[in-house]
Amino acid sequence: MDTCIEKIRTICADLLAKGEVQKVIGFAEGSIPMASRPIAVTSKDDVEKLVFNATCGLNLANYVSEALPKDGKIAVTAKGCDSRNLVTHMVENQVSRDRLYIIGIPCTGMVDKRKIAALFEDEITDFIEEGDTLTIVSPQKKEKVSKTDVLRHNCRMCTHRNPVVFDVMAAEPVEEQSLDQPFADVDQIAAMDPETRWAHFQELTKNCIRCYACRNACPLCYCPTCFVDESSPQWVGKGQDKTDINTFHFLRAFHCAGRCTDCGACVEVCPMGINVRDFTRKLNKDALELFGWEAGLDMEKRPPLDVYSPDDPDDFIK
Amino acid sequence: MNFITIDKKDWAGGIDKSRKTYRVFGPVQDENGCQLKPLAPDVYPLMDAGVTVMSPKSVLFPQTEKMLTATLDESSEDHHIMKPVEKDNTPRVVLGIRPYDARAIQMVKLNFDNPDYQDPYWCEAYDATTFVGLGINRPDSCDFSTSAGTGPFSEEGLDVLMADLDDRYLAKILTEKGETWAEACGFDTSADAAESQALFDILRKEAEKNITASVDTDRLSEKSILDLYEAPFWDDVAFSCINCGTCTFVCPTCWCFDIQDETKHKTATRFRNWDTCMSPLFTHHASGHNPRGSKVQRVRQRFMHKLKYFVDKYDQGIMCVGCGRCVASCPVNIDIREVCKTMNNYEKE
Ligand code: SF4
Ligand code: SF4
Ligand code: SF4
Ligand code: SF4
Repeated sequence: MDTCIEKIRTICADLLAKGEVQKVIGFAEGSIPMASRPIAVTSKDDVEKLVFNATCGLNLANYVSEALPKDGKIAVTAKGCDSRNLVTHMVENQVSRDRLYIIGIPCTGMVDKRKIAALFEDEITDFIEEGDTLTIVSPQKKEKVSKTDVLRHNCRMCTHRNPVVFDVMAAEPVEEQSLDQPFADVDQIAAMDPETRWAHFQELTKNCIRCYACRNACPLCYCPTCFVDESSPQWVGKGQDKTDINTFHFLRAFHCAGRCTDCGACVEVCPMGINVRDFTRKLNKDALELFGWEAGLDMEKRPPLDVYSPDDPDDFIK
Repeated sequence: MNFITIDKKDWAGGIDKSRKTYRVFGPVQDENGCQLKPLAPDVYPLMDAGVTVMSPKSVLFPQTEKMLTATLDESSEDHHIMKPVEKDNTPRVVLGIRPYDARAIQMVKLNFDNPDYQDPYWCEAYDATTFVGLGINRPDSCDFSTSAGTGPFSEEGLDVLMADLDDRYLAKILTEKGETWAEACGFDTSADAAESQALFDILRKEAEKNITASVDTDRLSEKSILDLYEAPFWDDVAFSCINCGTCTFVCPTCWCFDIQDETKHKTATRFRNWDTCMSPLFTHHASGHNPRGSKVQRVRQRFMHKLKYFVDKYDQGIMCVGCGRCVASCPVNIDIREVCKTMNNYEKE
């Protein structure tokens, strides 16, 4: 992937020099190992700041609406999942296609930073990525691992690595993965008896601090006032009561039904490393099995929750 | 000052003895990283753990704390009258607190216990708590505590400072509270004061040498508030921020809270929750107006409070002990060290 960054920079410098876009949203190098930072570049002299690597796990579709100027276009670099969330944004009328210049990046996956950290007893002080080989350094040891072995779970499960919408591609398309069991994790939870399943979710969120990073990093969560922040009526208590924490997680997941692209940004940003995808993945599976729907693939089709279809699988609607 | 040595073989037994009189808090490892928690009777603190994800401020200032309660049952004579909730203020001890985190508690004290206001909940918890710190022999790369006015072997705010000497701890008893705790544990092997102090000095110097990160804060107080407030760099600083407030929740020095009332059946409860200036609700007025309505204003508030308003108001340096938690936990890599540098070096054109 390191080869495409030169092309990205050239494309961006050109767009900015010609005034075709007012800014480019991309990633910059982070200040600590395994970190990267979303950035807006407005001058062609700054395109050198742009990077793209396996730590760029945030979803840049989340930054588009806020960054959009009154008139004119912005450019955004988009991995497969980012591009699907851009489609979702367009389908939901959050941004129109002609305001965006999409630089598509075929993606071979983002790394699971916690999984890598767990390979070391001490702190990671350097992280070098060369193709599929990652060299990871700590004061005690230096280890080479294959990126494929430390991918985030959502990237291992991804079947849309190539951007679905773009104005230009930064590299040749990559091969898509085909999966025997695309929802093994969901099936495993579904197979639990109700008590065990309840206990699983209670355990999952036991350290949740309700920072809402999972919500704020998600491009789907753009409501001007989230239900958890409403005060009249107040839908949910604001303290650390377990019922309120559950309510937040359940409802947030439902609000993502048929919209979630499983980009993994929610898990990426959680300071506690909570796999909140355990909630959304079940809904993604239902959307696929009941409605043949995967979010963010088609700009012309309406999402399952806003259409009526005579062959709806549920009886009550007929 | 009084020094004692604690053979590591006696450590667990000593903790067990102290459990008769103390509730014991300490670092433990769980699925979500290293956390500081009240320890169950069969659990011992993980003394060589890394920095805890959340700071120890929650021992005195829990994320959600009940303050008052009332019954709404009108057949009861005292219905609708708010009354204090019962608190467990039996002695507690925090084992293995990092020295800079103890300094942070002294900063938080400025807010909760000062000549104008004494917050009863915080003060009572503070009085009940003994802080047993462990010097940090191997500081991590995000640690910039020495340039934030504290350090890996700083004593401020601690009742006992211990040093890890492989097979034993060397402990410096700093206060009466510390002495009482050591007695409760049955730790009484005294060590030579001059020799022990010399050893502490060596360890401190070694550890301080290993701190590679730093911030310059020397020019913050001479800058004008308005120049910094109106500086052009805030848009760039704030761009990536998702306003999650993680930086303030993990921070040992952030002290803001919000008070909420809730009713359940016939009981009303007033409690407080941590609040964060990164949330739009923090300043949202009942009128609907929000004086800090945009993300960039909120990001600016956090850094201005920590690195300018606090500096000017208290003349005790920055409101940051350099633990590096916010640097490590910010999901979009906003780094207070960079922002501090930008502010410290800023010259208005
Ligand atoms: S990001 Fe993590 S800790 Fe924060 S609200 Fe979401 S699940 Fe909870
Ligand atoms: S600076 Fe980072 S941690 Fe703090 S609110 Fe912004 S995104 Fe969250
Ligand atoms: S501002 Fe950041 S580095 Fe400073 S004390 Fe708070 S969490 Fe630690
Ligand atoms: S930085 Fe923000 S949350 Fe922290 S103490 Fe200051 S105003 Fe409160």
